[in-house]
Amino acid sequence: MTGVPQSSAPHVVAPELLALCQRVAGQAAGTEQVEAYALRGRETDIDVFDGSIESLSVAGSSGIGIRVVNNGRQGFAWAGSLDDDVVADTLAEARDNAKFAEPDEHNGLIDQATADERVRPQLSLWDDRLDAVDLDTKIDFVLQLDARVRNSDPRIRNVESTSYGDGLLESALASSLGIAATNRRTIASASSVAIAGDSDDTQTGYGFSVARTFEDLDDDAILAMAVERSTRLLGARQPVGQRIAVMFDPMVSASFLGVLSAAFNGEAMLKGRSLFCDRVGEQVAASLVQLADDPTDPRSLGAAPYDGEGVACRVNQLIVDGVLQGFLHNGYTARRANTVTTGSAVRGGYRSTPGVGVRSLRMVPGPHNPFEMTADRGEVLYVQAVHGLHSGTNPISGDFSVGAEGIMVRNGEYQEPVREITIASTVPKMLHAISAVGNDVTYLPSGTIGTSLLIDEMTMSGS
Amino acid sequence: MLIEADVCERVLANALTRGGEFAEVFVEDRRSSSARYDDGRVEELTSGRDRGAGIRVIVGDTTGFAHTADLTERGLLEAGAAAAAAARGADGGQRVVATRLVDRQISRADDSFVILPETVDKSRKIELLQRADTSAREVSGAIRSVSASYADSHRRIQVANSDGLSTSDDQVRTRFMVQCVANGDTGMQTGMEAPGRGMGFEFFDDFDVESIARTAATRAVTLLDAVPAPSGQMQVVLKRGAGGVLFHEACGHGLEADLVHRDASVFKDRIGTQVASPLVTVIDDGTYAREWGTFAVDDEGQRAQRNVLIENGILTDYMWDLVRARKQERRSSGNGRRETYRNLPMVRMTNTFLGVGDTDPDAIIRDTEYGIYCVQLGGGQVDTATGDFVFGVTEGYLIEHGEITRPIRAAQLVGNGPQSMTLVDAVGNDFETWTGTCGKSGQGVPVSAGQPTLRVARMTVGGTAS
Repeated sequence: MTGVPQSSAPHVVAPELLALCQRVAGQAAGTEQVEAYALRGRETDIDVFDGSIESLSVAGSSGIGIRVVNNGRQGFAWAGSLDDDVVADTLAEARDNAKFAEPDEHNGLIDQATADERVRPQLSLWDDRLDAVDLDTKIDFVLQLDARVRNSDPRIRNVESTSYGDGLLESALASSLGIAATNRRTIASASSVAIAGDSDDTQTGYGFSVARTFEDLDDDAILAMAVERSTRLLGARQPVGQRIAVMFDPMVSASFLGVLSAAFNGEAMLKGRSLFCDRVGEQVAASLVQLADDPTDPRSLGAAPYDGEGVACRVNQLIVDGVLQGFLHNGYTARRANTVTTGSAVRGGYRSTPGVGVRSLRMVPGPHNPFEMTADRGEVLYVQAVHGLHSGTNPISGDFSVGAEGIMVRNGEYQEPVREITIASTVPKMLHAISAVGNDVTYLPSGTIGTSLLIDEMTMSGS
Repeated sequence: MLIEADVCERVLANALTRGGEFAEVFVEDRRSSSARYDDGRVEELTSGRDRGAGIRVIVGDTTGFAHTADLTERGLLEAGAAAAAAARGADGGQRVVATRLVDRQISRADDSFVILPETVDKSRKIELLQRADTSAREVSGAIRSVSASYADSHRRIQVANSDGLSTSDDQVRTRFMVQCVANGDTGMQTGMEAPGRGMGFEFFDDFDVESIARTAATRAVTLLDAVPAPSGQMQVVLKRGAGGVLFHEACGHGLEADLVHRDASVFKDRIGTQVASPLVTVIDDGTYAREWGTFAVDDEGQRAQRNVLIENGILTDYMWDLVRARKQERRSSGNGRRETYRNLPMVRMTNTFLGVGDTDPDAIIRDTEYGIYCVQLGGGQVDTATGDFVFGVTEGYLIEHGEITRPIRAAQLVGNGPQSMTLVDAVGNDFETWTGTCGKSGQGVPVSAGQPTLRVARMTVGGTAS
């Protein structure tokens, strides 16, 4: 194979992005506050199908989001370009949009004094090695991974896809109130979806690995995970419905925490849309539950030194000994709730204003591994995957009803696999029914840190 | 034209200098605007602008792809060179590309009636939001909060490829969403209504924001009195419009040629065989006037078509994009779509629907001994390799002895797509569509799904009732 250029796009380093944002913010006039957030990234994506490269994408992208607040009115505009004329148009459009919004005294940018109250954590989220890996090395890696999954086990009949992706991402934030910050991070990921069984009984299994650089990807782990998860469900049948203890695997736990996370959102609380309205200080979960949002752990894919408004990220305790500690806030919701920001402003790229959200939820692990957790229980449903989370769960009403597949466990022994079931309860009931947290820890692409969870009772529907 | 034809020709020729049998330039210029109303006030207006090009080069089974926001000839040539990386190891060679200019396309036949959203004053858009809030709150004192949003997009695309194609399209879409939260003895409940069409601001001549708001509010209030849904296998009646998304997910995806080729479809090798009840006909129609998933040409420059996929229960064809069609030496079915110029196109649905039957919808309910009646589904998920699906019911009722009795909450429908298709035992003579965003491999595209009121003889319902 011959070497090929990674990308011919010029590489803008974060200080230049910051200078651009500061030029935009510097145009604030009179009572106006202006904030600019710019991103630039270089990404590689390789997809393998049927043993050969199906697609290979190498690209750079960039964009800017500009927020204007004037006399309590907020406007926003974004563009997928950093060209001067486009940036000027975007600022003009954000100003125009601000004229049409209705005023809210709590609107406004974070001032420098507020941002300076805490020191931003020093996190190493960038690995220079990724930039040095050439395309052929990545291609060889993903082709080999695909071949290994395909030939790993006689029950694997095909590989749905094997993929590699990486990104080198830089961002800058500046405001007319003195905020100035830059961040850069790298990410590399690889995954494979194995297809096991025959045409009468097909199961798929997903394996993945994520890291800050190519060198740290664990292909053995991807292989083992894809094979185990596809083959262990072969022969799955629909069981008879019953009320049953349920064990969530780390990825399913993370999905559950994802649904729960909306309840800690300060904006949802202010608008009466949180399960936890007026419940601070109350027992909302079993007393063994310890839950925090911790973006300061650099191993988490959700780690960040500062939030979407330039405020230092920190560990926010959400549930301690089962007791609700409080809500997460950005500048706006903090002012409205008469409290201080928790550094929880999150941006969905450059295309939206900062909302409120979690970055890296984690539960404090318990003393036992998943096998020990079920050893002294009678019958437990081990849930490998859930489906329909976005339609079957409602973070406002707390309803939780999702499709699932997994394995029946009796006295710690993994027995027959099951499919075409739903498991249902409500989020508040599930929190109180948590009877064990595993000692396994999985860093997931979403930023959530998953651990196995045992929930004493849910309704399993079946035949 | 966003890019002059001679520039496209040079970029395509350059992209093929290292070899390869196909090259394509896709150019997109999209403006979007939205306004959000929440908590009794217009919170925010947002405007977006996205403009760039994606270039791909196909060499054997490999596609090389690069995209750029730089639409100068130099920027396009550089992106083309990066995409040509896929041609490494190929023999290389020169190729001259001449594109034939095809007339500009418009996604609506009667485009003279399109009121382009960028020509409408922002104050008219936000006035709609205020009206929706008032109407929703009038429904009941139990309505605790109302959020509403307006969104429009105007997307211009241009496609040129080394086969000589050069075409363009202008796509305008408008959507209005209302979500309400009601509070009662059973806690908080939500209701949502969010129609969208391939129309400009004239959308609001057809859709009345007051009635959208009342529908959302009534849904939330109804759920306050809902009983927990039952669990187990039972008859399920899907109201017109409500179940289209279920067939989109559980059946439509399995008919996408790329998934069939990937061995990730239960419909592989089933052409010409009975895959559904004889009452079932499934059509994907990118030409459906003013629908949410409609366009004149797809994102590979191929004309939109009306494709019959299942006819009276017999599988007749899959959906195709250009790449899969070329491999099979057949024509694309006009189903090659991409979210933005930053993405590669793949086989996607447009407006997918089940054909109407001849039964009175009321008679279907009267004929149902015990089951549930689904009025709105909340989207769902399917494993196309197995056909297993799960769907949330966001508005549903119990049917007992042929009568709709009580509203139910927290129901999930679980089943297997092909199996449910064979279990359709009644199809109504009514019809409605549903508006949504379909996700596949991380790309979202606007789609609609539609169906007449119909009944599935047996489906697993997962509720919380003990």
